[in-house]
Amino acid sequence: MIEELIVSGRMNPEIDPHLHAWPWYVPTDLFLAALVAGILIFSAFLTLHGKENEFPAAVKRAPLFAPFLLGIALLLLFLDLSHKLYFWQLYTNIRWESPMSWGSWTYLFITPLSVLWAAIHIQDVFPNLDLKFSWLKESIEWLKTYKKVLAGIIILLAITLGMYTGILLSAFNARPLWNSAILGPLFLTSGLTTATAVVLLLKPNEKEERRFIVLMLIFAGIQIFLLIHMIMGYLAGTQVHIEAARLLLGGEYTTSFWVFAFGFGLVLPVVLQLLKLNGSKIPVTVPAVLIIVGGLLLRLIIVEAGQASRWLY
Amino acid sequence: MRYAMAIDTKKCVGCSDCVVACQTENNVPIGYCRDWVIEATTGTYPDLSLEFRSERCNHCSNAPCVRCCPTEASHVVNGGIVLVDHNECIGCKACIESCPYDARFVHPEGYVDKCTFCIHRVEKGENPACVNVCPTKCMYFGDTDDSNSEISKILKKRKWKTLIPEAGTDPNIYYLI
Amino acid sequence: MDKDFSRREFIKISSAGLGGLALSNPVFNWLKGETMVPGVLPGTYKRVPTYCEVCFWKCAGWAHVNDQGEIWKLTGNHEDPHCNGRLCPRGTGGVGMYYDEDRLKTPLIRRIVNGKQVYREASWNEAFDYIADKMKKIADEHGPECIALFSHGSGGKHFGRMLKAFGSPNITAPSYAQCRGPREVAFFSTYGEGIGSPERVDIRDTDCLVLIGSHIGENMHNGQVQEMSDAIDKGATIITVDPRFSTAASKSKHWLPIKPATDMALLLSWINVIINNEWYDKKYVEKYTFGFDELKEHVKNFTPEWAYGITTIKPHIIRKTAKVMANAAPSVIIHPGRHVTWYGDDTQRLRAVAILNALLGSWGRRGGFYNPEKRNVAKLKLPKYPKPSKTWRDAFPEQYKLAHLALASGICDATIPTAERDCSFKGWIVNGTNLISTLPKPANTLKAIQSLDLMVVVDTMPMEITGYADVVLPECTYLERYDNIRVSAHREPTIALRAPAVAPMYNSKPAWWMAKELANRLNLQDYFPFATEEEELDWQLKQVGSSLDEMKKIGMKKFDREFDDVYPLENLDDYEFNTNTGKIELYSTAMEDEGYDPLPTYTPHEEPPEGFYRLNYGRAPMHTFSRTANNPNLTDLMDENSVWINPKVAKEWDLANGQKIWLENQDGIVTSFPIKVRVTERIRWDSVYMVHGFGHTDKRMKRAYGKGASDSELITQTKIDPVMGGTGMRVNFVTFLTEAPIKGAV
Repeated sequence: MIEELIVSGRMNPEIDPHLHAWPWYVPTDLFLAALVAGILIFSAFLTLHGKENEFPAAVKRAPLFAPFLLGIALLLLFLDLSHKLYFWQLYTNIRWESPMSWGSWTYLFITPLSVLWAAIHIQDVFPNLDLKFSWLKESIEWLKTYKKVLAGIIILLAITLGMYTGILLSAFNARPLWNSAILGPLFLTSGLTTATAVVLLLKPNEKEERRFIVLMLIFAGIQIFLLIHMIMGYLAGTQVHIEAARLLLGGEYTTSFWVFAFGFGLVLPVVLQLLKLNGSKIPVTVPAVLIIVGGLLLRLIIVEAGQASRWLY
Repeated sequence: MRYAMAIDTKKCVGCSDCVVACQTENNVPIGYCRDWVIEATTGTYPDLSLEFRSERCNHCSNAPCVRCCPTEASHVVNGGIVLVDHNECIGCKACIESCPYDARFVHPEGYVDKCTFCIHRVEKGENPACVNVCPTKCMYFGDTDDSNSEISKILKKRKWKTLIPEAGTDPNIYYLI
Repeated sequence: MDKDFSRREFIKISSAGLGGLALSNPVFNWLKGETMVPGVLPGTYKRVPTYCEVCFWKCAGWAHVNDQGEIWKLTGNHEDPHCNGRLCPRGTGGVGMYYDEDRLKTPLIRRIVNGKQVYREASWNEAFDYIADKMKKIADEHGPECIALFSHGSGGKHFGRMLKAFGSPNITAPSYAQCRGPREVAFFSTYGEGIGSPERVDIRDTDCLVLIGSHIGENMHNGQVQEMSDAIDKGATIITVDPRFSTAASKSKHWLPIKPATDMALLLSWINVIINNEWYDKKYVEKYTFGFDELKEHVKNFTPEWAYGITTIKPHIIRKTAKVMANAAPSVIIHPGRHVTWYGDDTQRLRAVAILNALLGSWGRRGGFYNPEKRNVAKLKLPKYPKPSKTWRDAFPEQYKLAHLALASGICDATIPTAERDCSFKGWIVNGTNLISTLPKPANTLKAIQSLDLMVVVDTMPMEITGYADVVLPECTYLERYDNIRVSAHREPTIALRAPAVAPMYNSKPAWWMAKELANRLNLQDYFPFATEEEELDWQLKQVGSSLDEMKKIGMKKFDREFDDVYPLENLDDYEFNTNTGKIELYSTAMEDEGYDPLPTYTPHEEPPEGFYRLNYGRAPMHTFSRTANNPNLTDLMDENSVWINPKVAKEWDLANGQKIWLENQDGIVTSFPIKVRVTERIRWDSVYMVHGFGHTDKRMKRAYGKGASDSELITQTKIDPVMGGTGMRVNFVTFLTEAPIKGAV
């Protein structure tokens, strides 16, 4: 029998008995950021390919949510800070080694760009909208002439943002469950999957809907592959990583992960979409909502279980 | 110069004097601690062994907390001591997540806090408060770059281990075994 | 004046007046919100000398105080042999005693209001007048001897002086009959000298340290812990006899996991092996001891094979460890322990320890037992104390004849009136000892309290005992007062000063002042001739060539020994022992004269019934009994105890780690609170273990209330040591209740 106990000390709040310094704020932020990244990637990508009018929901409607979702994400990040009055210190330093640092800088650039991107499309979505100020109208018209340049920059930043959400965690060698290079692509992919769900909720036309269902299936498929790949990676790793994977394989987070995040959040919507493609009359909102909730659950579980995973000594 | 600490598990009785001495010396609020004591028992009665370890920030030579800090609040000073500048810390807690030893915590004032190796004492040529108070004299503090220091000598003479060396942080708290 | 209380109800008062004080000490805010630059502590700091009062070891140290009069930290005095500049966790955390917001704050007097007993806040004058009136009344009706003082700590000296002047010799400390009394009597009857405190064991220089049920490292007797560590450094062999894998056991080369209550058999067997193999120190034994042949004859049947059947320690281990001791001799210590009131034959067991040491020639030798020396400060010139006409002994004719100090449990028993005794105790003054958990058999203690005419409790904290007092006097902590000079016997004689680091908080006062004020009201002012304690100390110090001013600077003063005799028997010099025969009495004539066994014998002790486990209790290094249970700094380290249960037993009872259970003893007594299970291989399957001092029932101690369980509640049986009246307490057995007991159902 090995018995290890803390004789004294180590009753630090948020650290003991097990780490939970990052409650729901951070995972929710990661979810929203990846979702926005996905939305902007689709919109900018289709714009670059000149398919704005074929995919109005993806190109024009979805990006209108991006600034608000990013705003919420930033607010959550701010709420998570425990020394809030000093938050400006983030922008007096650039630290490439710190994902938290370059992630913050990415936020700094992509947030105004997402506003501009939304502005370009707002009159397409709401044709009766009166912008009141002529200078505003003129500025938007001027912006539209640089739409493709803007789209290019947005794609780069959005991919960075999407990757950041995973790398923030995977850079922490200290938490074995996060310590996988797959987490970056996984969260980016999950961002794309959830973005397809958002598009599907925004009344796409028939062709767009079909295309995005296929896209959802592709990205969800990649996501399933990456997830299994990640877990297999842990099981092939050191004892520490095996212990970490056990949190999801029989451990405390098994049910929430496999039944809810994986089953209801990924596999079930995939099955439903396949059925739909084969003619079943399933409302598109059902798999879409499941995918979005599943994406959020995935972040919540990975962040919490990751904090519970530890090195053994 | 490379400050380090060696702790003799053969002498430590786990009394936790190091914990309370740190709390009073550094005015760590009640309910928080910068160091702590672990008791590890292995075996089956009556074939048993017991190890006490006084643990704290390892002032790693390859410190993940310093790397992941977005503001340079976590930084390394002369002698390799890892410190947190309270005026630069935004409380993002990335460093807390990055530490395999769970040595950091959020001070009630909001910034992240941890062991400083009692730098205010060390710079006056004194030992950290924990080393100074230990009734079993099981803790040694000094410069491992100086081969004549007490700590260098004891590390040469005795078998030792560090905690989680495989995490690659290159820790500077040595446990004499 | 109120009529006498026919029955003292336990009064739960909300802590009176004055709001809570911030928990963390407020001095060092410099750390907050600024980069830590060394050497920029604002303000100036002074060091005030003190000696610690968190336990009886009394380490000399310094209180570091800023110019706003706030205590920052406590550190040890480097010159002090008790601590060598290193306070233990309790000493370091002693500052929490001062900052504890649950402290007693003002004098309280028990009154009846609307038929209910309540405490009313009183002025000091009212409180003293009340006590003095009652004391006079008791003296008139029963004699002044019927007032007793129970004390543990420095305040007792002052109240003791007042009480002796009043005419009562009945001053007692539970540290005798409930702790180290048997050890002192055993060594006194063997060597003509006791062990004393700090123990005169030369652990620093020993080659072999044998601990029997003594858990150094868990009992944080500072100097001893330090010296054990030195001994480990030097490669000394440690042998530990303990049914539990104690901290000390884990540091030992040989751990003997003995069956509880059989230590005597092991000791006798060791003696047998050492004599039969002629491993004893022949010259030493021949020159200094008396009764070797009787001893040899006496132990001839106590072979390791005999002991194996009793102790479960294998014969070859007994032989091997005996050989290890003999090889190290005379640099060997069979440690006499400290809390030794276990089974009622404790004096005899400690006699066996004393004999074993004598055979190995360790007494008076380097690495064995050194000869301590002390330098007394001048005695105050006081009028002679009146001669008492009776003492506590009169209550126990023909019993406990070798007890050389008053028995706390004895005075407690002699407070309950009986038909055959014409006089019982009528007044108690209790200072710094929570008798409810210090004395065994709490029900008996409460019965005694109900028989009193006066019960005064002087304490810093609202311990359970204060709830039964007629008058509660709030004592200030040691950091807020002077006390008598600490005179300690050590390798070198030393004296140490305790000076107030800060003014008393709330309306608390030092014991010296209380005793003097009471003495004034009892017309005993001549016994307190100085106006202030400072003047008294200065006068005393000047008689030994120091002064209060000097001591305030240095805190502790070392003196040269008068004789160079730390190890008087090192070279087999002539030596006369203070015994009847002038020799080390292996065969005790003093015991024989009083009708006790002159040589120790083994008697089997009661074993736990089916489904019960022997209750062993002990110490944690961060607490002193129940005294520190509410100290914010120390509860931060450990705020509750747990009950250690062997995994086999836990499996049998289906108990999980961390599960809360209640303990029930052989008399059906159940703990007031549940206690967490600690499933651990460190404990034998026939016993359980818990740290003493938890499970407080007084809500006024907010941090301590209901935390863990109290072993004292379960100690309803004792085995009385016939030699000196010690109360053997390891004779209680417990079983486990997994569900909350229904009150009053038993």
